[in-house]
Amino acid sequence: MEKLISEFSLGLFFWQTLIFVGLIFLLKKYAWKPILSAVNEREASIKDALEAAKEARSEMESLQSDNQRILKEARAQKEALLKEARTIRSEMINTAKVEAQSEANKILSQAQEAIQNEKRTAVNELKDHVSSIALDIATKVLQNELESKDKQMQLVSKLLQNSDMK
Amino acid sequence: MRIQIRAHFALPIALLFMPFLIQAKDSKPSGDLKTEIKEYIFHHLEDAYDFSLFSYTKDNGDHKYIGMPLPVILWDNGLQIFSSSKLQHGEGVAQVGSNFYKLDHGKIFKTNALGVINLDAGKQVTNEAPLDFSVTKGVFSMLLIAFLMFFLFNRLAKSYLKNGGVPTGIGRFFEPIIIYLRDEIAKPNIGERKYRSYMSFLLTVFFFIWFLNMLGLTPLGVNVTGNIAVTFGLAITTFIITNLTGTKDYWLHIFDPLGGSMKWYSKIFLYIILIPIEILGIFIKPFSLLIRLYANMQAGHIVIMSLIGLMFIFKSWIGSSLSFGLTFAIAIIELLVAFLQAYIFTMLSALYFGFAAQEHESH
Repeated sequence: MEKLISEFSLGLFFWQTLIFVGLIFLLKKYAWKPILSAVNEREASIKDALEAAKEARSEMESLQSDNQRILKEARAQKEALLKEARTIRSEMINTAKVEAQSEANKILSQAQEAIQNEKRTAVNELKDHVSSIALDIATKVLQNELESKDKQMQLVSKLLQNSDMK
Repeated sequence: MRIQIRAHFALPIALLFMPFLIQAKDSKPSGDLKTEIKEYIFHHLEDAYDFSLFSYTKDNGDHKYIGMPLPVILWDNGLQIFSSSKLQHGEGVAQVGSNFYKLDHGKIFKTNALGVINLDAGKQVTNEAPLDFSVTKGVFSMLLIAFLMFFLFNRLAKSYLKNGGVPTGIGRFFEPIIIYLRDEIAKPNIGERKYRSYMSFLLTVFFFIWFLNMLGLTPLGVNVTGNIAVTFGLAITTFIITNLTGTKDYWLHIFDPLGGSMKWYSKIFLYIILIPIEILGIFIKPFSLLIRLYANMQAGHIVIMSLIGLMFIFKSWIGSSLSFGLTFAIAIIELLVAFLQAYIFTMLSALYFGFAAQEHESH
């Protein structure tokens, strides 16, 4: 201990303290502060960048899942639309068929009716015609038959003969 | 890559031995080699007034020193500044104005024109010793390291601006250490909220000690962190910062360690013992810092230099090469110790700051 104290150099202590304390303040201003702030800044920026990347990834993931969902929905919608179209088509065909059938039936029945009517009028006309011809013929025949008194007598007797008096 | 690393290690270690080798080879075999080596080691451990790289003894007995002189600054009824070359390594008397100074066992004393050193019965020098503020080898080394640190870290700070927040060059090596000190020493010991104000001290003290320790391993042969005055200065800075930034809780912990857990009349007997211990603790903490660093660095230098000295004592092929291998291994360990001691000093300083800055949530 005595040796240590005798070894102790006040001058060296003085210079050491002066240099060291001076160095602390000098380095604080010109080195440590800018270094530490630069390091901190860099660390903060790295942290930010990492966070941003994470966020972007999660966003992308959500976007992707969104896309997937939208695609799925679209597909389902397409399916539904197609299905609907198919049912509508078949329905339309069916109704068209039924309608056509009924229309056809209607037309057919109308045609039949018209044919019946035509037939009836034709028959009636024919009847009229025939009856008038028959009358004409009958008239002419009668005129011929009844030209002479004999013939008139003959007929009357014949008629009388035919109608047996009972 | 591996070869490169090896070269990096090998070069300083090879250089480390150079001055001693030259010294030992050229020294005259006069006197006892063991005491010569011992004296040389203790001479090396002390601070010096000039920056000598090596010295040798000429055939005619003159000592030849290779190095450069440094300014000697004395306060002796006015400022006396002169070159250390005037002291002639203690072999002559330096005349400055009308005053005469002589170097005796690493200290400057005022003498008469003949340079007589008076000793008392206990072999203590009775000459007057002027106040000594010389720029010694240690001071010069510290200045060197201070400039180096300023240059390095200022450049690192600037490289962030130029390079968009990414360090360049040697800064890539130092930046992780800075971040380590912040995240592993400052934050856990002081706390997330208060660590910022202590960072400048912690970073400076770490690199200052580390670089000085490393400089001590170079062939320049400086022993700055192994000097009690230097470690005392470092520790006293820690001591002052700790107690100046001490919170109310810190002082309460010292003067009222038991708090409200006991009635005052029962505490008072305990406190007669406890409070002196706590107060002593304030001083013991930095004292342990200064002794630990001093002793470790001092011991490292002694071990390495003793092992180098062994080579010349053995003077045999096997013994000398064996102690060379041992020196080599210890030198590598010293590289680790250089870092470790800087780390421990910083770590413990941070721990003490943590005590001072506590806000009484934990405990």
